Amino acid sequence: MSNHAEQSDMRLHLKIWRQPDADSPGKFVSFEKEKVSPDMSFLEMLDELNEGLIKAGEDPVAFDSDCREGICGMCGLVINGQAHGPRRSTTTCQLHMREFKDGDTITIEPWRAKAFPVIKDLVVDRSAFDRIIQAGGYISVNTGNAQDANAIPIPKRNADEAMDAASCIGCGACVAACPNASATLFTSAKISQFALLPQGQVERKERAIQMVSQMDFEGFGDCSNYGECEAACPKDISISHIARMKREYVKAALTTA
Amino acid sequence: MTLDAKIPEGPIQEKWDNHRFHMKLVNPANKRKHTIIVVGTGLAGASVAASLGELGYNVKNFCIQDSPRRAHSIAAQGGINAAKNYPNDGDSIWRLFYDTVKGGDYRSREANVYRLAQVSNDIIDQCVAQGIPFARDYGGLLANRSFGGAQVSRTFYARGQTGQQLLLGAYSALSRQIKAKKVEMFNRHEMLDLVVIDGKARGIVTRNLINGKIESHAADAVLLATGGYGNVYYLSTNAVNSNATAVWRAHKRGAYFANPCFVQIHPTCIPVTGDHQSKLTLMSESLRNDGRVWVPKAKGDKRHPNEIPEAERDYYLERRYPAFGNLVPRDIASRAAKQVCDEGRGVGKTGLAVYLDFADAIQRLGRKAVEEKYGNLFDMYERITDENPYEVPMRIFPAIHYTMGGLWVDYNLQSTIPGLFVLGEANFSDHGANRLGASALMQGLADGYYVAPYTVGNYIGSNKFEPVTTDHPAFKESEKTVAESIQKLLSINGKKTAHELNRELGLILWEYVGMGRNETGLKKALEEIPKLRQEFWENLKVAGSGETLNQNLEEAGRLADYLELAELMARDALNRNESCGGHFREESATPEGEARRNDEEYTYVAAWEYKGKDQVQALHKEHLTFEHVPLTQRSYK
Ligand SMILES: Cc1cc2nc3c(=O)[nH]c(=O)nc-3n(C[C@H](O)[C@H](O)[C@H](O)COP(=O)(O)OP(=O)(O)OC[C@H]3O[C@@H](n4cnc5c(N)ncnc54)[C@H](O)[C@@H]3O)c2cc1C
Ligand code: SF4
Ligand code: FES
Repeated sequence: MSNHAEQSDMRLHLKIWRQPDADSPGKFVSFEKEKVSPDMSFLEMLDELNEGLIKAGEDPVAFDSDCREGICGMCGLVINGQAHGPRRSTTTCQLHMREFKDGDTITIEPWRAKAFPVIKDLVVDRSAFDRIIQAGGYISVNTGNAQDANAIPIPKRNADEAMDAASCIGCGACVAACPNASATLFTSAKISQFALLPQGQVERKERAIQMVSQMDFEGFGDCSNYGECEAACPKDISISHIARMKREYVKAALTTA
Repeated sequence: MTLDAKIPEGPIQEKWDNHRFHMKLVNPANKRKHTIIVVGTGLAGASVAASLGELGYNVKNFCIQDSPRRAHSIAAQGGINAAKNYPNDGDSIWRLFYDTVKGGDYRSREANVYRLAQVSNDIIDQCVAQGIPFARDYGGLLANRSFGGAQVSRTFYARGQTGQQLLLGAYSALSRQIKAKKVEMFNRHEMLDLVVIDGKARGIVTRNLINGKIESHAADAVLLATGGYGNVYYLSTNAVNSNATAVWRAHKRGAYFANPCFVQIHPTCIPVTGDHQSKLTLMSESLRNDGRVWVPKAKGDKRHPNEIPEAERDYYLERRYPAFGNLVPRDIASRAAKQVCDEGRGVGKTGLAVYLDFADAIQRLGRKAVEEKYGNLFDMYERITDENPYEVPMRIFPAIHYTMGGLWVDYNLQSTIPGLFVLGEANFSDHGANRLGASALMQGLADGYYVAPYTVGNYIGSNKFEPVTTDHPAFKESEKTVAESIQKLLSINGKKTAHELNRELGLILWEYVGMGRNETGLKKALEEIPKLRQEFWENLKVAGSGETLNQNLEEAGRLADYLELAELMARDALNRNESCGGHFREESATPEGEARRNDEEYTYVAAWEYKGKDQVQALHKEHLTFEHVPLTQRSYK
């Protein structure tokens, strides 16, 4: 029934990045964590660690999470060097401790990127992503302006591919995994979604140009096609969207003065 | 104060149009002279903030998360209802209205529900125009499915990620207004108090969650779209930061709290595995379209589910409710699951689960079709439980999911405090005593895109506003109260964490104010909750300081409010000695154990007025009348 043999509680050595605030230097701090059940999620394991720290009067480890079901994009840790940890297509909050073994050492760090400054411990500031969307990641339609929803048929294939792109949860793992800390996968997913839909055509060119410029302005690196982003992405956003974005951008740059 | 719902005159079909015609308009040049605060960026908050920005108001929008896109609405899976009748299966505005009133077990306001059904179609149009990639058929037109409790296919969906797509649509509209400088966004800011001046809501006090700064914001109207309070039970399907603080603190400033005991328990969630559990994961009820619910006929049957022959399985929903089968409304499905588990026929390690089986569907439709419909849900299930639902039936159990109760609002979505409007799950809502599947998203967006932009405008247009700044003594008083209560939490220095105490509160509520409620239990809860509250204020331990990001301090503040709200929930449940919707009073059941309403005595909204610290709230009643949907006992047999 179960893919793994029945596991019993584990003992783990944790090396966690601690940093009091953006301006102070950070360092790794070691913790021993006992009685880790394989059924716990990774964040529940950290919750328990924090319970112990609070009781001892020590500052608990700060980390972000909200939905804890892989959809809000709020969580995100680099676990043993991998963004969101060892399991493919899985956010940190959905990673379970059964992926680890008794006695393992686990290194836990925040996303590292110039455009994502650390706020505290494992929490980073990802507002740069919001500003990329603000630069053009929308269709300009005021409330009340719409025609009947079925007036615009959209081939299922396009709708499905747009949906694949729209599945991005804005977690930032692609940036954390990229050697250049590039936000290209994230940005391309939005550009691609709208390029595939008839509603997105009117602002297609401005959108590509503005979102790409904002991405550069925020200090994200260039894309050198390493592909690490796709491997780290919990939602399997495909790098084919990057190819589409590059085409969109070049076409737009050539045809708008 | 008498509760006036301000329902407009005229036939139900014309009420909203008439009302809009009689509203005061604010001329475009004047709109920018008014600041409106919107707290929350879920479907209700983001849609209203964007719409008000488009109209020309100055909007200040707040949320707890690091980005407006992460509001709890993002997690909604199954879909959103509308009366489009695209499948030509007999749907209409009237039918959606009728189903919603009936589904809510006759404890909602007809006029509001009618309006909700009326604007439902506009929502879908707007969302498609925003580029939301709803599911489509091969002809390129929008696909629909039927969803818990409905006999027509009126649910629009985007795979199992409908909430995500709708929220990203509203977020994109909001982002456009942020870029246009019509909306100023405050991420990682928590509202900790409402400021009322001369009887009107004029602002809020917030804590900047990064550096702990207490800040004031003044406005001409305040809109709360802060979501539901399911986390009062500790374990729920809500996101871990969902909370009741904004609505509770507004309640303490004079907003009545309506029907707090109306809580929805969702039948299809992944069962609890241990004390470490931090939240419960919903398996969308769209799964009940194709999955069949069963338990073994025999008590304590520990065989592997695939080894239990057909004849020894009890498909209890199909047996008890042949007309609706696996699609009975949530409250009924949840109670039925509890009953079979109480009989000792529950499955899994804990015996607190039932099977949801897809074997028939896979045989009938093929694995590929099932994967296409539910693939991401199956993957999620597998990730959490380590079991493959294509091969082994899912194990599911009911969990706290949604709160129908909330701040009382009139037809204009205005609370009992003038200028304080409440939208989305935070208000006491159009869902009565039970919400139908795919109707919360509809209501959140109806409130935000199509109702509040009008009614708030009417309020602004028909009132004079004395200029108010944050130097006003009311802001200073409020800032002081907030700062002091944070200091207090930090200084108790006891032995229990907020997590532990919240878990204890959750156990009390689940036991006595959960799926089955009775007088003895509710009275017990009314003793236990104040005791726990006292323990909280004497024995809480919060580590760290108030000047930095401190999540355990945030949690403690939210729990302080839950400990008061929980008592009101128990009191409300005790007062309502009838079974209706999600509220099941064991004293009020038919001989077969089905819920029995008591319309003579309880056809009202219970709205509670805050009377001061440790005082019992005063009950006000808004009597409900049903002119269009005749009062009948719900039957899904
Ligand atoms: C797992 C799950 C699945 C669901 N599936 C469906 C479905 O398929 N169909 C359906 O119709 N409904 C569904 N629902 C219900 C629906 O998702 C919610 O009722 C709805 O999204 C609530 O939206 P909202 O805008 O009212 O609030 P929320 O989305 O909860 O947003 C609340 C906002 O308020 C902010 N906030 C809260 N408190 C404060 C404060 N003190 N200060 C500042 N900001 C604050 C938060 O940051 C957030 O931005 C589901 C719910 C869950 C839990
Ligand atoms: S592209 Fe993938 S990794 Fe990057 S933000 Fe989106 S979901 Fe996260
Ligand atoms: S907490 Fe929401 S995706 Fe992990």
